[in-house]
Order: sequence, then C-alpha cells, then structure tokens
Amino acid sequence: MKNFPSNVNSPSMGKKNYLADMDYSVLQQCMHCGMCLPTCPTYEETGRERNSPRGRIALMRAVADGELKIEKAFADEMYYCLGCLACVSACPAGVDYADLFEKARAQAEEEKVLTGKKRRLVRWLTLRLLFTRPRLLRFVGRSLWLYQASKLQAAFRGLRLNKLLPKRYRELEELTPTAEARFSHQQIPLRATAYGEEKYQVGLLTGCVQDIVFASVNADTAEVLRHNHCTVITPRVQHCCGSLHGHNGEYELSKEMARKNIDAFDLSSLDSIITNAAGCGSHLKHYDRLLADDPEYADKAREWSAKCKDIHEWLDEIGLVTPQGEGGAQRVTYHEACHLCHGQGIRVPPRNILRAIPGLELVELEESMWCCGSAGIYNITQPETSRKLRDRKIGHIRKKPVDCIASANPGCNIQIQAGLQADGAGGIPVKHPVTILAEAYRK
Amino acid sequence: MKQKARIIEALSGIVGREQVLTEKEDVLPFGFDGTAALKKAAECVVFPGTVEEAAAVVRFCSENDLAMVTRGSGTGLSGGSLPVEEGIIICLLRLNEILEVDADNLTLLAECGVITQKIAEAASAEGLFYPPDPGSMKISTIGGNVAENSGGLRGLKYGVTRNYVMGMEVILPDGTVTFLGNKCVKDVAGFSMKDVFIGSEGTLGLITKVLLRLVPPPPARQTMLAMYPRMEDAATTVSEIISRKIIPCTLEFLDQVTIQCIEDYAKIGLPTDAGAILLMESDGPLSVVEAEALEMADIARKNGAREVRVAKSVEEANELAAARRTAFSALARVRPTTILEDATVPRSELTKIVTFIQEIGKKYQLRIGTFGHMGDGNLHPTFLTDEKNHEEMEKVEKAMKEIFTFAISLGGTITGEHGVGVAKKNFLPQQYGAEGIKLFKTFKAAIDPKGLLNPGKLVDVERKSRSA
Repeated sequence: MKNFPSNVNSPSMGKKNYLADMDYSVLQQCMHCGMCLPTCPTYEETGRERNSPRGRIALMRAVADGELKIEKAFADEMYYCLGCLACVSACPAGVDYADLFEKARAQAEEEKVLTGKKRRLVRWLTLRLLFTRPRLLRFVGRSLWLYQASKLQAAFRGLRLNKLLPKRYRELEELTPTAEARFSHQQIPLRATAYGEEKYQVGLLTGCVQDIVFASVNADTAEVLRHNHCTVITPRVQHCCGSLHGHNGEYELSKEMARKNIDAFDLSSLDSIITNAAGCGSHLKHYDRLLADDPEYADKAREWSAKCKDIHEWLDEIGLVTPQGEGGAQRVTYHEACHLCHGQGIRVPPRNILRAIPGLELVELEESMWCCGSAGIYNITQPETSRKLRDRKIGHIRKKPVDCIASANPGCNIQIQAGLQADGAGGIPVKHPVTILAEAYRK
Repeated sequence: MKQKARIIEALSGIVGREQVLTEKEDVLPFGFDGTAALKKAAECVVFPGTVEEAAAVVRFCSENDLAMVTRGSGTGLSGGSLPVEEGIIICLLRLNEILEVDADNLTLLAECGVITQKIAEAASAEGLFYPPDPGSMKISTIGGNVAENSGGLRGLKYGVTRNYVMGMEVILPDGTVTFLGNKCVKDVAGFSMKDVFIGSEGTLGLITKVLLRLVPPPPARQTMLAMYPRMEDAATTVSEIISRKIIPCTLEFLDQVTIQCIEDYAKIGLPTDAGAILLMESDGPLSVVEAEALEMADIARKNGAREVRVAKSVEEANELAAARRTAFSALARVRPTTILEDATVPRSELTKIVTFIQEIGKKYQLRIGTFGHMGDGNLHPTFLTDEKNHEEMEKVEKAMKEIFTFAISLGGTITGEHGVGVAKKNFLPQQYGAEGIKLFKTFKAAIDPKGLLNPGKLVDVERKSRSA
C-alpha cells in the first residue's frame, strides 16, 4: 500500500501555494464582523472561533501572510468545516468563502500534513479512481445493484453479519445507497424532443452519484423539461463535475474534470445546460473561475457558466407549465440543500414549483436552510458531527406530519433517508422536487 | 508569557483542560474582534462554565498579576476585546442561560453570554419588548452590550442599553462577586455603581449577570423610506423633525455608496440612484403613528425628498431594518479595509457635520461611506480604504482627526455607541481635557488598583505588580 500517491497533483512538480498566490483582497474582504457566526453549524456546536468561518479565514490569512505554518491542526480544521456555505448567505461583505475553502484544503493536501494509509487509500479509490472514470463508476454501480437486487445485502443484514463489522464500517454500510437498475443514458435518449412546441434546446447533466443511485431523477428531469418546451440533449458518457475533487483539495483534478465536461457538450447549440443536483450545480457554475487562467478553455468556461442553470431556476425563468393532474403527495416539506440555497442562492424557485402542483400543500420546515450533515463526503469523514446534524434535521421533520420530503441533492436525500430509518419512527419518502412534478404531469 | 505551563495547569484546574486554549491554531482567531485593521496575538483563552469558575479564574489572575481581557462573541467595534500582552482572555460565552422573565415586574435576568437576539425573543414570548437593537444583535452577547453600552436603531426614542439595565452581577478585579441594583423602579441607596460598570469596556470588572427592564411593545408601527437627491437635505429633514417635537422610533440615514452596497447584498429594491435615503419608523398607538408618519412625510417632501415610500407590510418593514443593520459589513464590498467611526453631534448640528464629512472626503481624496442613526445624531462615516496602502492610511488618520475635532467643536463626542477601546483612546483627552482624564484614572485605580483588567484600553493607567 506504500505506493499509493499521497497527492494526485502531479507530485513531481514544485509545490503550489494556493493561499499565498491568490488575490489577497479576497482574504481581506472578511472584516471579521461576526455576522457569519450564528449560521455556522460547527461554531454553534463548539463556540470556538477557529471552528467559525471568520476564524478559519483568519487562519488562512495567517498562512498567506507567512505567520502560520500549515500543520495537521490547520488541515483538520479545514476538513471539520462542512463547506455548507451558510456563511456565504450571511456575509454582508460578500466574502467568497467557497473559493477560500477550496484553496485552503488544496494547500493542506499540498503540504501533505494529513497522513494515514486508510485516508490515502480512500482518497485514491474515490477521488482519483472512481470519480474520474465514469465507466468504472458505472461498473461499481452495477455491482452494487446486483448485490442489492440479488438480495445479498438483505441477507447480509438479515444474518446480522453487518453487526460483525467495526462500528465505523457498520455506520457506513447503513449509508450505502440503493442503486438503480438502469443508468440515465439507458433511460433517456440522446436527443429527447420537446412535447408540443420546441422553444429551447438544453443539455442535461446526469451527474455521477445521481446517475447510479437516482437515475430516475435524471429521467424525470428530462421528462419535465420536455413538458416545458425543451428539447433535451443528454451526452452518453459524462464525467463527475469535479466538485468532490474541488471540495477535497484536489484542485488540479477538478480542473481536468471541468475541461472534460465542457468538451462533452456543444455549447453554442444550447440555450442552457441543466443540472439537478445542488452540490454539482454550485460547482459547475464556477467553471469560469476555475479555468480563468486556462488559455484554451477560459472562453468556453465563461460561456458554460453563463448557460449553466439549476433545473428549478431554469423552469422559473422560462415560466413553468402548470401540471393539470395532482401529484402523489399531499403534504410536502422542503429541505433546502446547502449548495442550492447558499451555494447558488436559489430559495424561491423550488417552492414555486412545489406550490404549482395541484393538491400539494407545502409545509415549511423549521431551519430548512441548516445543513443535514451530508455535505459531500463529510458523513464519511466526520461521522460524529454529521450524525448530530442529521438528527437535528430529522427532529424538525418529525415535528409536523408530512407524507413526503422534497430535497434537490442526492447526498441530502441519502442522509435524510438514513436518518429516518435510524430513529425508527417510520419512513417518509424523500423525493427530488422534479420527481414530484413529473408524477403530476403523468396523471 | 512567563511561567506559561504553570498558568495553564492552574487554569485547567479551575475550568478543565479542554476549556483552556493555548495552541496557535486555537488562539489565533481570538486575536481580533469586529474592529477593522486591529490584531494582536492571543496566548491563552479560558472558558469558565459558571460564575464561580469565572471568579476563581479572576482571583488566580489577580494573585499572579496576570492581565485579563473579557470577551463575548467578539463583535466589538473599538478593539475592546483585543488581547493584551502577558494576559489571558476570559471568554464568557458558556454563561448563556436566561434565568428569569418576571412579567409582574417587567424584568429579565440573564447570564452575560446570552445572545442579544435571544433576549429580545424571550421578552417577546411574554408579550414584552426589549428595545436596544445593535447591528450585531444576532450574535452579540448581552454582557458585551452592557460593557460597551451599545446603541442601535431605536436609540432616538427608546434610548440605549444603559436605559434598560436595572442591575448586574459583577466580578471585581480581586475575584469578589457582588450584585449591584435590583428590581425597584426607584432606588437611591448609595452610589449608583451599576451605572459606572455600564460602558466600562471591561476595565472595571466582569459583568456576569444582567437584570434588564422590559417595556410593553408598541401596538402599531409604520416604516417609510424617503429618497433624496442630496445628502444635506436628509440631514435638514431630521433636524426639522426633531425641532417640530416629533420623536419617532427610528431615523436612519444612508448615503449613496451605502445604499449601493446594501442593495448589492440584500437585493430588496433600494433606490441605488438616490443621493441619500432616510429610513423613518414611527411606533405607538395607531392614531399617533398615523399622524406622526403623515407629518414626517410632509417634512421630508418639503426638504427636498423626491419620493416617500411607505412599507406595505410588517415583513417589508423588518426587511428594511434588517438590511440597514448590515450597512457596516456591506460597505466592505468596495475596498479591502473598512474603517468605521461613530462621531456624534447634537441633532441641531447634523447638516454641518454631514457637509463637513463630504468636504473632508474631497480634501484627502478618500472614499467615505456615511450612514447612521441620524435621529440621535450618531453618524457612521466609514472610510473605504486599504490597510496595506500606508500613504492612504495616513490620510485616513488625518481625516479622522479632523472629523473628531469638528464634532467636539460642535458639542459632540468622538464615539456615540462603539466605545473607546484602543481605537479611539488617543482622541479621548481632546474631548475630556486633562481634568476629565485624571478623574477617569483616579476612578480606575480605585476599583482596579493593580491595573489588570483590560489594560491599555479606554484610558492608560500604570500597571502595578507585586514584584514592582
């Protein structure tokens, strides 16, 4: 195992210095007024400045100023941050925390201060191997489906073999999402023409996790778009958007992913490029910033960012075709994925969509914008904090009886589903708003 | 810090090891508060969990001649909770219980670490009202508010924090704990010592509990926005409203730069082309509110307002007030460093100071965003600058000095609500003269003879240690 590269950023090249080399005014933008503090889940948990956005920025600035050497504590702190970006919504000064946070994690990786063979193996397997190779990821997804469809998982759990796993792995096993039988490209044609009059031609991003676990959400998205005068182009093989890499310190790799995705679409022929996963969308929209220094891709990335739209945002923009039939669910509550409400500032459009469905009552969720603890791979890397946040979310959900929870991010959906199972108070379906909408169109 | 290991061990013995921070990554973010361009290295931060623990920490520090800085959420705007050399920071955030809401006596008793917003909510839940609403109320602590005598948007009609403090528990510099004040509306027994601690900026003692006065909430309110092509006209409007003997709840002023920055953040449809706006709020019985609002709108139009818009709902009114509270931070969008001042003048002098600030901006070629609580004469001229540009920072220093001097000449003050701390310490003698400063020093020495509490803040006193 010794040979696993500890860092995938071309290790032979000179060390990068992301924080010191970045535009200093981005760091200066934080005037440490403290408005971010009450919205930060980790600060609320500990009450310690270093666990707050302004505290972390102070650490980053100290690194950029050469006052602080990056050691394990710095790296640990950057990985303790959920990256939920609630601070971005709260910040009157407009600090670009997403950029700072990605560069801080990238620098922490660059300094190689976090060690451990297990960590290196997990990062190599996921960031380097799985999430850079779409066909391999699909193969794993197919294996997962076989394991689940063949009732092996049920047998494994039924025989209580999972109880033999160490606690950490047992908890992770519970989070294993259920894979779907068919991937997005098997459910959606390359070109799906608009129902009725075609007003727009759009590209559809199918994502990686979404593609395996929630491929039907992609199919629903295509269907909803067709109902709304859009012809949908869905490239067959798509890459991970790179958000996992960007958020986990693999900055260069995330650029590579961005370039591959841009190449997969014929930008000039499309009115927009649609994403339905909040975490991806939040990252995809920043390709312009990510590739600003790339002479070959900078222009294309700017066009990409201008055209990249979240599905709710797009439907709101073009004017939703109101469904005639009622959806399946009557009382629905809406959990706001961090990277939709904070990362992209999209709060009203998903509610507008849900309210437009005949017979659907939208029940507002307390603390709907508070992170559920999924946060990318946070539930794997920081299980304790993640669990606390999950239970807090489930507590609010249980306060008002609803028959469906709407949420627009695959990570949140898996996390909330696991939480609903864990407290034993009965399952509630967790659906993407687009799925609820598609059900209504079908009636 | 000398004998650091021994100090850490002793403090850990009082509060527990995990409540003592000393690692650089842990203490570095305690090196500043909400004040721009001020930073000092912190060495040790202690989090007592009870008043007894806090008192024991103070006693230990006193016995060992260790300087102490009290801190809440660290949102102060004059550097009051900045670390001091050879000292420890006592962070009181863990003392965060609301102990009692007494609806019979209209009082609320809370520990110092309770967030101001929670105080307002607890009062509201009992059908009562806690009026002080500093800009940072979502995260500032009530103890910090009392120590800084914080103001807010409602100061004009309702006064400031001081007007709502009926009593407090304090830890004196030697570790003694005492309660000053009570629930009596009238009380003339002895010196009003609680009043001395209000606004003392952590230089006299640690405020650990506060007894607050609550009032019945106003039954109605109306919010209006008056838009002006020229700043001076907004100032004249305010002076005339006051001279016509109208005391509205709020008269907030925003200049064009500030309007643009807030709109950029909050996106609530503020008129970004206006030269200035006045946010006016009247509250009280409905008939009074209606009459008052009409008259204010008239005065505004007469003084050159091009439009007066009335908020259509409570939500819209709240949104406007919330947006106004973000003014200071939103101004940070323009330049890297945002230096906020709060020179205050008698209200009859508003037009003069507003015009003067504009002239100073031109004279030194500085960008100044001005906003503030115009109804109580408390302005916030804010320098939009860059701390790395030394030449420009020198100009800021000069401009600031001129504004302070002018404010004092008009019978005003160098700070209306942010406090002196370290940021304005050097300007204090100009306002109080040698006699006033001497009185401050005598007073400070009487209560804190060793000079261990927040040394170097507000006023300089000699630090006397046993060894000296």
